[in-house]
Amino acid sequence: MHVVIDLNRCQSYGQCVYAAPEVFRFRGGESLEYDHVPDARYEQAVERAALACPVRAITLGRPSEAVPAPAAGGVR
Amino acid sequence: MSAHRERIVIVGASLAGLRTAESLRAGGFTGELVLIGDEPHEPYDRPPLSKTVLSGRIGTGRLALRTSDLAARWLLGVAATGLDRAGRLVRLADGGSVGFDRLVIATGVRARPWPVAEQAALNGVHVLRGRDDADRLRADLAAGPDRVLVVGAGFTGSEVASSCRDLGLAVTLVHRGAAPMAGALGTAVGSAIGVRQRAHGVDLRVGTTVAALVGDRQGRLRQARLSDGDVVDADVAVVASGSLRNVEWLHGSGLAVDARGVHCDPACRVLDTDGAVVDGLYAVGDVARWRHPLFDGAPTALEHWGNAVDQAETAAHNLTRAPHGVRFNEAVPAFWSDQFGMNIKSVGLPHLADHVVLAQGGFDRRSFVAVYGRDGVTVGAVSVDSPRVMDGYRALITERAAFPPRIDATDSPAFATPSPILEGAARP
Repeated sequence: MHVVIDLNRCQSYGQCVYAAPEVFRFRGGESLEYDHVPDARYEQAVERAALACPVRAITLGRPSEAVPAPAAGGVR
Repeated sequence: MSAHRERIVIVGASLAGLRTAESLRAGGFTGELVLIGDEPHEPYDRPPLSKTVLSGRIGTGRLALRTSDLAARWLLGVAATGLDRAGRLVRLADGGSVGFDRLVIATGVRARPWPVAEQAALNGVHVLRGRDDADRLRADLAAGPDRVLVVGAGFTGSEVASSCRDLGLAVTLVHRGAAPMAGALGTAVGSAIGVRQRAHGVDLRVGTTVAALVGDRQGRLRQARLSDGDVVDADVAVVASGSLRNVEWLHGSGLAVDARGVHCDPACRVLDTDGAVVDGLYAVGDVARWRHPLFDGAPTALEHWGNAVDQAETAAHNLTRAPHGVRFNEAVPAFWSDQFGMNIKSVGLPHLADHVVLAQGGFDRRSFVAVYGRDGVTVGAVSVDSPRVMDGYRALITERAAFPPRIDATDSPAFATPSPILEGAARP
């Protein structure tokens, strides 16, 4: 699972921190930090966190495609 | 032969390029997508590099930005070196080329290097833009240097200094202007933040530049000589003196491109040297120079996370729906900075302002909001540790409310007079 937060939109309500403290946390009073690639065991908590966000700042995704390594291209 | 399948090539595989690709797919684009990136990494989030990464709280492998599958072809670790408009080809550093039907330019910026090459090459001298930069700098900081010199107290430099203090490292922060971040936020707010930087133990030197970086015989940084004659012993230096736009590959293309960026309109459509919209070429993110419809002022590049996202969505909309329903990007610009335990948020374009006024809290209190005006119109607002009030200020900016606006919150000052944006300092 990948997590991306729009920190312009975030207003530090902290609901995600309550829902998944292993993934989201405050630094200082209002600065949110988070793990973009949380451990699989926290996925349900992260989903609850995204739903709990009052300003809908959290985007979750599960991209399944691998991005090819450098020089493995071949489009020409 | 099958029917031609349209190909959109996106040059630049960071936030702006990635979000353009994701928005194209979300908007129903079913043609070929090609993403070209000069870094060997898949798209990652840059803002944490100067904060959680340097402080050692998160690794650079945990900053993934992709949230959907793109069915794209990726060319990573290869820079674009040229654009053949007539042949509709992007030339690559490995000698190859990629044809396109339509093109998105999202090549961003790079850190401005220290201007003296042999000093820049000293061990311990860093810039911070990409995750490889961050990994190298992190390793040097983790080794416990006696003092870190940070050259430039813009947002990146200030955040680097903050991370160094998190690690308990001694930091000297040297800034040409009268206050940290004064170019973006003005002197009053920059000075208020500078007071807090000093309270966190930063040796802040404003109105000062670094004259020379001095190494030992082993080529290791040892000292910096400052413009005021002072000498600072430092074994790590971080040069955070702005950025250079990655536009060299577009020289000779006939597009309106110079060191300020790729000139485009508010729909992200690239302009040519005559100022005409070029069919099928778009620019997004830090490299795009444009004039926001809401503000008077010269076209400018907005090097912020939110602008990259806003422009990506605008460009993708226009790529999938043009020529009907062309949309301008009118989202109010915003950015944030986290440093020294403070959460700084900005809406609008405070750098355009001629005056600034305190609206809530106090410059000497934990939280405050300042409002910015230009020619009697509200153009921006900046808060420290007050993120939940910014929607109201955004509305004032959207309305082009008269400046100074009347703000009568419970924590508003009884009396506040606007001050010139660079009070007490010569305009740079």
